[in-house]
Amino acid sequence: MSEKNNKGISRRDFVIKGSVATAGLAAASVLGPAQFAIGAQAKVKVGILLPYTGTYAKLGTNIRNAMMLRFSEAGNKLGGRSIEFVDIDSEAKPAKAQQLTNKLIKKENVDFLVGPVHSVVGMAMAKIARGNGPITVIPNAGANQLTGSLCAPNIFRTSFSSYQMGYPGGPAMIEDGHKRVVLMYWNYGFGKQVAAAFKESFLPAGGTIVKEIPTPFPKVDFQAYLTELAALKPDAVYTFYAGGGAVKFVKDFAAAGLKNSIKLYGAGFLTEGLGKAQGNAAEGVRTILHYADTLDNPANHRFRAAFKSSTGAEADVYAVQGYDAGELILRGMNAVKGDTGARAEMIRAMETAEIDSPRGKLRFSKSHNPIHDIYLREVVMGKNQVVRVAAKAQDDPAEGCSM
Amino acid sequence: MELSFYLVQLLNAVQYGFLLFLVASGLTLLFGIMGIINLAHGSFYMLGSYLAYWLTDVTGNLWLGILLGLPIAMMVGYIVERFAISFLYKRDHLYQVLLTFALILIFNELQQILWGTDVHSVPIPSILAGSFQLTENQSYPVYRLFISAACIAVACGMYWVIQKTRLGMIIRAGASNREMVQALGINVNRLFAFVFSMGVALAGFAGMLAAPVDSVYPGMGENVLIISFVVVVIGGTGSIKGAFVGAMLIGLVSTFGKVLLPEMASIMVYALMAVILMWRPQGLFGRAA
Repeated sequence: MSEKNNKGISRRDFVIKGSVATAGLAAASVLGPAQFAIGAQAKVKVGILLPYTGTYAKLGTNIRNAMMLRFSEAGNKLGGRSIEFVDIDSEAKPAKAQQLTNKLIKKENVDFLVGPVHSVVGMAMAKIARGNGPITVIPNAGANQLTGSLCAPNIFRTSFSSYQMGYPGGPAMIEDGHKRVVLMYWNYGFGKQVAAAFKESFLPAGGTIVKEIPTPFPKVDFQAYLTELAALKPDAVYTFYAGGGAVKFVKDFAAAGLKNSIKLYGAGFLTEGLGKAQGNAAEGVRTILHYADTLDNPANHRFRAAFKSSTGAEADVYAVQGYDAGELILRGMNAVKGDTGARAEMIRAMETAEIDSPRGKLRFSKSHNPIHDIYLREVVMGKNQVVRVAAKAQDDPAEGCSM
Repeated sequence: MELSFYLVQLLNAVQYGFLLFLVASGLTLLFGIMGIINLAHGSFYMLGSYLAYWLTDVTGNLWLGILLGLPIAMMVGYIVERFAISFLYKRDHLYQVLLTFALILIFNELQQILWGTDVHSVPIPSILAGSFQLTENQSYPVYRLFISAACIAVACGMYWVIQKTRLGMIIRAGASNREMVQALGINVNRLFAFVFSMGVALAGFAGMLAAPVDSVYPGMGENVLIISFVVVVIGGTGSIKGAFVGAMLIGLVSTFGKVLLPEMASIMVYALMAVILMWRPQGLFGRAA
């Protein structure tokens, strides 16, 4: 049966890619001759591997749209050259990651690779791309290894590492006066790394973990755990849930009446872009993230307005990460005036880039992971408002990276 | 932990069991009774949730949403049966697997075209929005009790129709010997189209009722599909009683598994299924092959 399933999947893929390919061909036959006639340079190929279906569909769409926005602001030119996109739906399926990455690198010969959202897909991708592969920009996947043991000169990340997501949470909760804390998270790679980083800062600061409750990923039946949480009576609970699971958790937590006695904290995904779905249940929930819709800086105002007018949707942290991925590629290409052969020079320009991002100042560590401020936010009237900066210029230890 | 803690967990377990039966009811009818392997069950559930979200948004009332949504779900079921499933009754089960798998992909795509990729939720109707105090710091939403009541109604209704009525008798006969029932002068084509529509409507109904306590998002059907098959397989195909007992068992094992053996929480349900299948390959209440 599983074999039949695979056939089903690949047939669908064939249709999607087929239509992309046909569209590409059609475009080439129209534009191709005219371009060669005026002797323009060959186009820069940007491969995109993001999820457009399934649970992460919105993340993938926002990342792509924001990156496209950045390119179109720059006149759709990278260092003077036009851009050709090869856009593939990763479906956030680890099992297909290797095949799709190889397709982009070996068959399509892309100059840049942008993706993915899912950490496990990211690991498979980085293993193939690192070293001689295309310049790779990761706009979301948070696994520590991507800029740790798998780090490489040609691999950059514009999002965050799981360490950066968990570590600033500990001191922030202590400062808010919560010392007895229960830790709840989806029990898979990313969730475990966030929880580990949280403990690394929370315990030495004098906090106590009353209990650690890993819950099966991606299950959303929280009722039994909420009863346990009620019985444990901690000051607060620190969580990692995202997407549909985050909506359900926040609503179930409120419906169980726990908001009155236990303060709810979490990695930023708990309330990011989910305001409408969570409604009142999210009021007062505090989260930790490198971005907030309400950040008051000119770059953020400009970006949010442009994203809204070009896509009709509100920007979120994923869009910011995609926008910065576009910016980073622009910096690299502009520095070498479109000469993709000048690889070392391009990488140097990218790693020293200081970006005036909608999130605030963004620079990169030696391992090519972002260094940025982390904010403590609270949901007030359906919006994530910044309470204070939880960690200034938060770096990542880049464990296992020799670069 | 005190006794009250375990009592609350027992309540959680029973309530989860009810919800599972409700979620699996459409599959019980189509796979359990009619023997159609329906991988698109999760998609029909998702369809129900999105219909509830959309129609509640438009009409401002979940009940009205359900009232309008059910005929739509039935119509979708009818169309799918007439234009796809009906060609495959005489063929091998593998064709049904392939076809209904294709339906998953089609429905996922349709969902994205119609409703986009956002996560949504449906507000609980105001008369059921309250909650009551369980322990000193935990309360329990009334809507969850309402879901349990709805599940009992669906279970009794299904049992009565399938086991006690003439229609149920014909359905069961049609599932086990199509030609013979046809020879007796019954329009089997119309019967099957009707039952399939009902199965889809049931799956949709579960999605609608669960929408206010769940969240509505792309790919949500996949989470529902596997556990629904586990419910039907544990209970034994062909038995509504079996599916009910199966759902309750899963509710108990999964809830107390989470509390007592947290490391094993994600595999408890499947371990239960393995043990039951080793002991009774036809499931708890299934007819021996």
